[in-house]
Amino acid sequence: MTPTRAAFAAILAKDLRAELRTLQSLPAMALFSVTTFVIFRFGLDRTSLSGSLAAGVLWATLLFAAVLGINRLFVAEREEGGFDAIRLAPIDRSVLFGAKVAALVIYLAALELVAVPIFAVFFLDGAGGLGPLIAVLLLADLGLAATGTLISSMAVNSRARDLLVPLVLLPLVVPLMIAATGATEPLLALGGPSYHRFGTWLMVLGLYDLIFGLVGYAVFDFLLED
Amino acid sequence: MYGKGLKPLSITTVAMLALSLSLVFFYAPLDGDQGFIQKIFYLHVPLAMTALVGFIVGGLFAIAHLRTDNRKWDAYSYVSIHISVIFGVAVLITGAIWAKASWGHWWVWNEPTLVSFLIVFLMYATYYPFRYAIEDRDRQARYASVFAITAGAFVPLNFMAVRMAQSLVHPRVFATSNGGLPGEMLVVFLCCLVAMALLWVTLVKFELTAKSASGQVKRLRRALDAPAAGGGSRIAPEVS
Amino acid sequence: MPPSQEKAEPAIAVAGLRRDYGDRPALDGVGFELTAGASLVVLGPNGAGKTTLLRVLATLLRPSGGEVRVLGCSLPSEAWKLRGRIGYLGHEPLLYRDLSGRENLRFQARLHGLERAAAEARIEELLRAVEMERRADERVAELSAGMRQRLSICRCVLHRPQLLLLDEPDSNLDVEGRELARELIGPGAGTRVVVTHDPERHLPEADQVLRLGIGEAAVVS
Repeated sequence: MTPTRAAFAAILAKDLRAELRTLQSLPAMALFSVTTFVIFRFGLDRTSLSGSLAAGVLWATLLFAAVLGINRLFVAEREEGGFDAIRLAPIDRSVLFGAKVAALVIYLAALELVAVPIFAVFFLDGAGGLGPLIAVLLLADLGLAATGTLISSMAVNSRARDLLVPLVLLPLVVPLMIAATGATEPLLALGGPSYHRFGTWLMVLGLYDLIFGLVGYAVFDFLLED
Repeated sequence: MYGKGLKPLSITTVAMLALSLSLVFFYAPLDGDQGFIQKIFYLHVPLAMTALVGFIVGGLFAIAHLRTDNRKWDAYSYVSIHISVIFGVAVLITGAIWAKASWGHWWVWNEPTLVSFLIVFLMYATYYPFRYAIEDRDRQARYASVFAITAGAFVPLNFMAVRMAQSLVHPRVFATSNGGLPGEMLVVFLCCLVAMALLWVTLVKFELTAKSASGQVKRLRRALDAPAAGGGSRIAPEVS
Repeated sequence: MPPSQEKAEPAIAVAGLRRDYGDRPALDGVGFELTAGASLVVLGPNGAGKTTLLRVLATLLRPSGGEVRVLGCSLPSEAWKLRGRIGYLGHEPLLYRDLSGRENLRFQARLHGLERAAAEARIEELLRAVEMERRADERVAELSAGMRQRLSICRCVLHRPQLLLLDEPDSNLDVEGRELARELIGPGAGTRVVVTHDPERHLPEADQVLRLGIGEAAVVS
């Protein structure tokens, strides 16, 4: 059996190489985010946001942009005769889960590198809360990636696959969103960042990541069976 | 095989329900603040608790399905979730009635248990379009089990997160937890809980029996080369 | 068969194999044995289950019933031991469209745990054998079907498998391509199971023939 690390690196490298070459997901996600910010500006009739409103707009936008990327995660595997190439290899199949989660985290981080500064420029008065926001973003990305990969791997084999991901994923990430916005809201408060229950929310995010990471890793083998 | 014991079970359930309802109407004390309508709590909470346990049970059956690869566990999982979702509708309706009576609104966002339940309900409601979207039966059963396990893990996490999201300023509607109930209310509550649990088990058994019977008819038809009856369900697992 | 030949364990031993497709059996009661080094040709009309049989042997599908032993491993319980020792050539080339031929082969090599330098040498050797070395840096999406098939053949034998499972290996190949492929996956390449729609070409090379029908299977040697 090929050692897990080698298989993981191989699959991750393959995915990143393909994405860099075709740039299918990343630009779309970034563009979508910026356009959505503009829609919120007019939808809410606000040019400046703070506190819970800012947190809500930011996280709702990031979530919907993430769904775009999640939808495309397994498309290459699907198009090339199913997952056969991976399934024929002498590897632990759960490695595919790990590699795809890692790829998705990287895509989300790249998205946030573009979208968050633009959000700050559009709506925020000061950038004070952005530093600690990084911790929230990272933890939320992990959780979003774990559940997104799990749902995407099932949706890719179904009819109406573009519909299935948003439908099933959204309720599943509600606790994640609650924790993310809960942590973000005081960071973006009007008077400057505060850390009300910051540690607690980070722990909830961590718990979410752990639970769904483990569930995904454990069941992935069954998903690739036939 | 599934029908065995269904009759005595049904009778017991009906009896228990009758007993509980009469206790609710005639024995339980009238609440000073909310009046008669408060008694819907005796329906609402047991329904909710039963539904939630039912969802978890569906997840456990799903684990059994993945481990043993025996289709019957998938059928049990499907039916458990099915009945729990139906109970869930009842929970939300009774919850709305209670909210209207207590607060004057058909829905309240500051009751974390109710809100958590709504989210869980929405999650499990996607079980059907999810199953429907996967054509291959074997794969459908496997993926459905993964869904049931994931959703089962999600339930406690969701309740925790929603509760934490509560601003500490708003008082909760249902502030008294079960442990805080005075003696008479507790008795009635427990009776209703047992009745609802029995109802759940009876309905699950009933649905499994019905599926088993139609499955046998289908097999007989096939063996006799008779034309198949039109419109079989694409998602309900076959029960042998 | 020479009387002095010892009865070694066959490369493939199948008995009563059943694979269900929904309610109907795609395979029902298939049985045969294949000795190491021999070629088995599988014939039958469309829908008879030839591809299904190949995919079961390749561990891509689990048998619904019966006994299957491939290279000493019992399926489906020991399928994990078998992967890496078989080479599968299916209808799809199993190549990623946006990567080049070389990148695809390198990916395969890494999945199979081949050491980097040895893998590079092997990849070049195979590309030369199918005369694709000059076009192997172009995106697979830009190649013709025949060239993709040649790359797929390389992918199939990259890790020096002990058993070849070939589903219509000549599809999309021109005359030259078929000749080149013969070197790598032809009768001299080792134990093979070949599914084909072209009996004239493959039957003369077969040691055994399996004819699958809709609802029955018969072995003809």
